[in-house]
Amino acid sequence: MSNINWRIILNHTILLIGVIFMSLPVWVAFSTSTHSAETILREGLQFWPGTNFIGTYREVLFEQGGVMKSVLGITMLKNSMILGIGFAIGKVIVSMLAAYAIVYFRFRLATPLFWIIFLTLLLPLEVRIIPSYEVVAGLGLLDTNFGLIVPLIASATGTFYFRQFFKSIPEELLEAARLDGATPWRFFVDILIPLSKTMIAAILIIMFVVGWNQYLWPLIMTTKEENYTLVIGIKQIYQILSEGGELPQYQKAFALTILATLPPVLVVLFFQNWFVKGLVESEK
Amino acid sequence: MATVKLKNIKKTYPNGAVAVQGVDMAIEDGEFIVFVGPSGCGKSTMLRMVAGLENITEGEIEIDNRVINKVSPADRDVAMVFQNYALYPHMTVRGNMAYGLKNRGLPKAEINQKVTDAAKMLRIHDFLDRQPNQLSGGQRQRVAMGRAIVRDPKVFLFDEPLSNLDAKLRVQMRIEIKRLQRKMGVTSIYVTHDQTEAMTLADRLAVINDGRIEQMGAPIELYNNPATLFVASFIGAPQINLIPVQFDGKNLNSGDLQFSGFKDLPENTDLILGIRPDVLEPNNDGQLEMQVDLVEQHGAENLVYGALNGASTTDGYITEICFKTNQNTQPAIDSILRLHFDHSHAMVFNKETGERLI
Repeated sequence: MSNINWRIILNHTILLIGVIFMSLPVWVAFSTSTHSAETILREGLQFWPGTNFIGTYREVLFEQGGVMKSVLGITMLKNSMILGIGFAIGKVIVSMLAAYAIVYFRFRLATPLFWIIFLTLLLPLEVRIIPSYEVVAGLGLLDTNFGLIVPLIASATGTFYFRQFFKSIPEELLEAARLDGATPWRFFVDILIPLSKTMIAAILIIMFVVGWNQYLWPLIMTTKEENYTLVIGIKQIYQILSEGGELPQYQKAFALTILATLPPVLVVLFFQNWFVKGLVESEK
Repeated sequence: MATVKLKNIKKTYPNGAVAVQGVDMAIEDGEFIVFVGPSGCGKSTMLRMVAGLENITEGEIEIDNRVINKVSPADRDVAMVFQNYALYPHMTVRGNMAYGLKNRGLPKAEINQKVTDAAKMLRIHDFLDRQPNQLSGGQRQRVAMGRAIVRDPKVFLFDEPLSNLDAKLRVQMRIEIKRLQRKMGVTSIYVTHDQTEAMTLADRLAVINDGRIEQMGAPIELYNNPATLFVASFIGAPQINLIPVQFDGKNLNSGDLQFSGFKDLPENTDLILGIRPDVLEPNNDGQLEMQVDLVEQHGAENLVYGALNGASTTDGYITEICFKTNQNTQPAIDSILRLHFDHSHAMVFNKETGERLI
């Protein structure tokens, strides 16, 4: 009995230390963002929240010149949302269709094709960024949401997850649907999509976070400030800070960082049930 | 209502494995046909070829005199009940049953009517709005049958539909399937490896072995008059007693045992004498001597198992013997019994070819 207690205490101690270690910097960033620039400059990072919360965040989000020269924080938030959501939805659609073709249609090159798709994992965006840029620029799609999202939505990981999932669905279901007169499209829509609900949710969440955190691609794809995403904004604001001139606006930089962290955290918090279900569910 | 014809059907898989090697069969309108055989004998493959889930390598399948080799499964007008039910897990019972009709573009009111009728017939109308995972195995099985019935198909196909159910439910469902099929009069093909199911359900039974039909006929005909050793040993529970013998011109001999009353058999050939457990009876003048080692009580009847004394013990065929008797006959373990059989009830097979000689 006492043995077990010790274990529980030990486990929880380790967990607590981990939690503190991971979240303390975020907390400090948040607290600091609620103080005035003068306080920060005089006293350094702040551990307890200050009184400037509303002021700073309003300025960052809604006032022109609050963060960037012209673009508002709320616009960057919107851009990030579009990128994150478009990226996630695009990836789910493309990878689901790819996996559907690979698993359910008997064509000669299905297996080699799958492995070729899988091999693209070895070719991340950074490797092909110049040719990708060339293509998008050549099509005149720079500074558009379409050009920002579409080159990113092919997904080997998503295809792989859906393929494994589809393979675990009993074949009799397909056969029953065929006897019931379902066309391939109807089978996909009526049977596969509803069965994949939790899987779709899990992949949407992962991909939203990945898309939200994209940095390099949006950076080279956007030339105008009004198309910046939050992640680019953070980079830019720190740059502005170090350029000197006025009093460095550290609180705004921290506020922007907190704003950039918030949506992915909220998404994961709200959808974690779905997320876990999608990854562990085996009941069919 | 339909006839089904298989004409020299063959199935070879891409890897060269031959599953079905030349099957001919004519199924009459409204007949209940059972394919029975050990696992891997090709019975399921044949069913799936009729359903259209498996390509036909060679030969033709006709439903109502129309060749359906190239017709898609949905247009063959067949309905299938799967072993694991294959219900759509995310749809309600109603949704499951209606799905096929919806795909055919039937009007909503008609679909509702058909689903309700079928559900009433199967006594599942109380569960229409539940999902499959809220149902018991037997109820799921009914839903699977309901899905087949609402389609009003020409042919019902059953692929071992009862093997996931417990023993009691299996017997109930067996009876229900038979009644339902009688009532609806739909031509049915039923695949099973369970010989009791096969015997009780079939109008005609096809015993399949190694991708071929060993014998086809009424169940009782196959039981009384098996054409081959395989059919004799596959049909009938408990299994037929098989004793290795040779013919010397007058008698059948096995070790120290002699059985008279046989004639016109090949000499110097390995033969098998087959005696059903229910034609053996204890009798002090009997031809066989057994040492009892087990009595199985089945209620109304007892099955007595033991060693057959004196028989030759050539490869494979152990000289075990079993007979069926009433519940009052309870021989003691290790007691010696003499058993009598009327030689007109015995069968003789060629051991090599399995062919029935008498």
